[in-house]
Amino acid sequence: MTILEATNPVDTAETAAKDTIKMKEADLNEAATESDHKTVGDCFVENPKFSVRDANVYYGDKQAVFDVSLDIGENEVIAMIGPSGCGKSTFLRCLNRMNDTIDICRVEGKIELDGMDIYDSRLDVVPLRARVGMVFQKPNPFPKSIYDNVAYGPKIHGLVSRRVDLDEIVETSLRRAGLWDEVKDRLNQPGTGLSGGQQQRLCIARTIAVSPEVILMDEPCSALDPIATARIEELIAELSENFTICIVTHSMQQAARVSKRTAYFHMGKLMEVNETQKVFTNPDHELTEAYITGRFG
Amino acid sequence: MNKISTTEQVQRSLKKRYRAEKRFRMYGVTSIVIGLLALLLLFTEIISKGVGAFKQHYVSLEINFDADDLGLDADLFTFFDAVREDYGNKLHSELKIADQHATMAEALSEFEAQAQRDFGMTVIDALQAREQQLADANFTGIIRNSLRERFPSVKSRRDRRALYSLVSVGASFDLRDRVNADASLIGTTQKLWLLADDDLDTYVKSLNDSEPFIGRLKENQVEFISSWLEKNEIDARFNTIFFTSGDSSEPEQAGILGAVMGTFFTLLVTLILSFPVGVAAAIYLEEYATKNKFTDFIEVNINNLAAVPSVIFGLLGLAIFLNFFGMTRSVPLVGGMVLTLMTLPTIIISSRAAITSVPPSIREAALGMGASRMQTILHHVLPLAMPGMLTGAIIGMARALGETAPLLMIGMVAFIAEVPSSWNDAATVLPVQIYLWADSPERAFVERTSAAIMVLLAFLIMMNGLAIYLRKRLERRW
Repeated sequence: MTILEATNPVDTAETAAKDTIKMKEADLNEAATESDHKTVGDCFVENPKFSVRDANVYYGDKQAVFDVSLDIGENEVIAMIGPSGCGKSTFLRCLNRMNDTIDICRVEGKIELDGMDIYDSRLDVVPLRARVGMVFQKPNPFPKSIYDNVAYGPKIHGLVSRRVDLDEIVETSLRRAGLWDEVKDRLNQPGTGLSGGQQQRLCIARTIAVSPEVILMDEPCSALDPIATARIEELIAELSENFTICIVTHSMQQAARVSKRTAYFHMGKLMEVNETQKVFTNPDHELTEAYITGRFG
Repeated sequence: MNKISTTEQVQRSLKKRYRAEKRFRMYGVTSIVIGLLALLLLFTEIISKGVGAFKQHYVSLEINFDADDLGLDADLFTFFDAVREDYGNKLHSELKIADQHATMAEALSEFEAQAQRDFGMTVIDALQAREQQLADANFTGIIRNSLRERFPSVKSRRDRRALYSLVSVGASFDLRDRVNADASLIGTTQKLWLLADDDLDTYVKSLNDSEPFIGRLKENQVEFISSWLEKNEIDARFNTIFFTSGDSSEPEQAGILGAVMGTFFTLLVTLILSFPVGVAAAIYLEEYATKNKFTDFIEVNINNLAAVPSVIFGLLGLAIFLNFFGMTRSVPLVGGMVLTLMTLPTIIISSRAAITSVPPSIREAALGMGASRMQTILHHVLPLAMPGMLTGAIIGMARALGETAPLLMIGMVAFIAEVPSSWNDAATVLPVQIYLWADSPERAFVERTSAAIMVLLAFLIMMNGLAIYLRKRLERRW
């Protein structure tokens, strides 16, 4: 298996285009094989929110994630970085079983949320996804009004019965997403009419409206300009007081700014997990170092 | 050797490229012009031929409603009008239902004494006697009297018959309706406009042509017509009969309403059956079914069915609905079911395309919020796919509107004079009516055929307009 071979079919094209490997291929290959089934750093924490053990994910015959074991602590922001096609998004989508929507996808291993196996066959994904919300790469508000976008979650989960309560949830969620002042006068206008950054904050507001415990963010800023990105990053910092946040990002600066811990993925394997500061100043793994210094990726 | 610079080379080929470009565009323009010309030709042909059908000629005659000639008792009719004023318009229909007579007699008790005194029978009997008299009355006779008075010189039997045939058979029904509506006509003489025969109508319409169409008219008939025309006793009026009655073997009495109602009921059944079934099938195939050999097989079959000649669906309908289930033949219900079979593949295919075109990010967003599969479909996928599905459904319906072949097999290609009033009455549809009229020998059916085509085209334009309106209305950007 060469370093160029795609592990995640979604990213195949992108990976193929990444021909800019600066490190010598042989060296990397060696490093990758060497570190098989072994993650360096602190994978485990006490009283984890999520505890993942030996997770393997397959798309048909192709394996996208190899033996990942990782704990995610309560109210911590964990960033997942790595080159395209390294399986970080796939891993993230396992945490609220969004991979179920892909027919050929298969997940093995144990993933527990507060000690409950989320891949238990008896488990209902609807309440799971209410506890573990998700924000996607491309802002995807519903083609409905701003109000309806935020009210959708509370409505389908039956969280409120009275209109006033719903109004309150919508206002609180929009305030926490830092969007209230911008949209309070046009709640009935379509959410799709907002700017990209506002749309993404609307998606965050929509997610927190159902008061989840964990928010998964899949490259939430990759479609946004730097100012909107800064706004979202501030928001993440504020939200981290109440929510556990897992963020996948391509921007190492972003990971360094927002997260407490950072996980480095490489070709479907989790290479290193450490305090963010340590990862970016003195990483334990040579591949991590190669990646953060820009020698490939 | 002189090396030519690239710029020069480009310059040289440039002219040739521009010419090719121009030619390419001209091909497109030519195709569109040819298409438009064909359309223009079609429309001018149909409209110029069919516009005559919207006018119908009437002849003015002095009609003497003589009570003895008609065999009517004027008092009985005046009595009936008084009763009707009191009882309302239900009177006619209730008289025909024997069960209701007891309650009716009670309601009409105040007229009982009068009926006994004047006619020596009960009120119900009096009213029924009046019905019978009206049915037996010889209205044709008073029209003939009037015609003989108008042309006193016509003596021979043959000439008289020629004269009589210039007024439509339908005119006597018109007179009966008038007497039925108003008893005071009896005993009076009225100058009335009576429906002319189609031969007269066609001839008078063609008078402005280089060579008037005489057709079956005899020499003396043309003379009668000229005499009427001289005295302005022939008039063209808007042809309401064409829009208010069913088919008839007499062109001047033939109308499109029967076919229009038949089409309406047939399409209603088709829409009610095919849209929900088609959409449900499309949703299941797109959103739930896993891709495997079996679903591939279904998909191939659906695509195949969309291309099966429609007459085959007619045979299927004949074998299953009529022969196996023993349903009534010639009715819109069965016609609609056959057309449903034919339309379903179209609706399924277009609905699937509409569902696929809903961006997956919307589905992910809903699922990520914890919406169930069904909530995702009902709240997000369907509203976004609806314009496309409706467009597909209406295009399928428009195709069903123009079908004749499948209906042939289930007996909807038939002469049906009665206007259907439900989906279980024998009926025919517009394209079949067009076919039947086009096949009729009377000259007057030519313009009616074209007029019926105009009505069909109007239907089609309306449906397509509705499709565009719905699409614009429901379309949402994302």
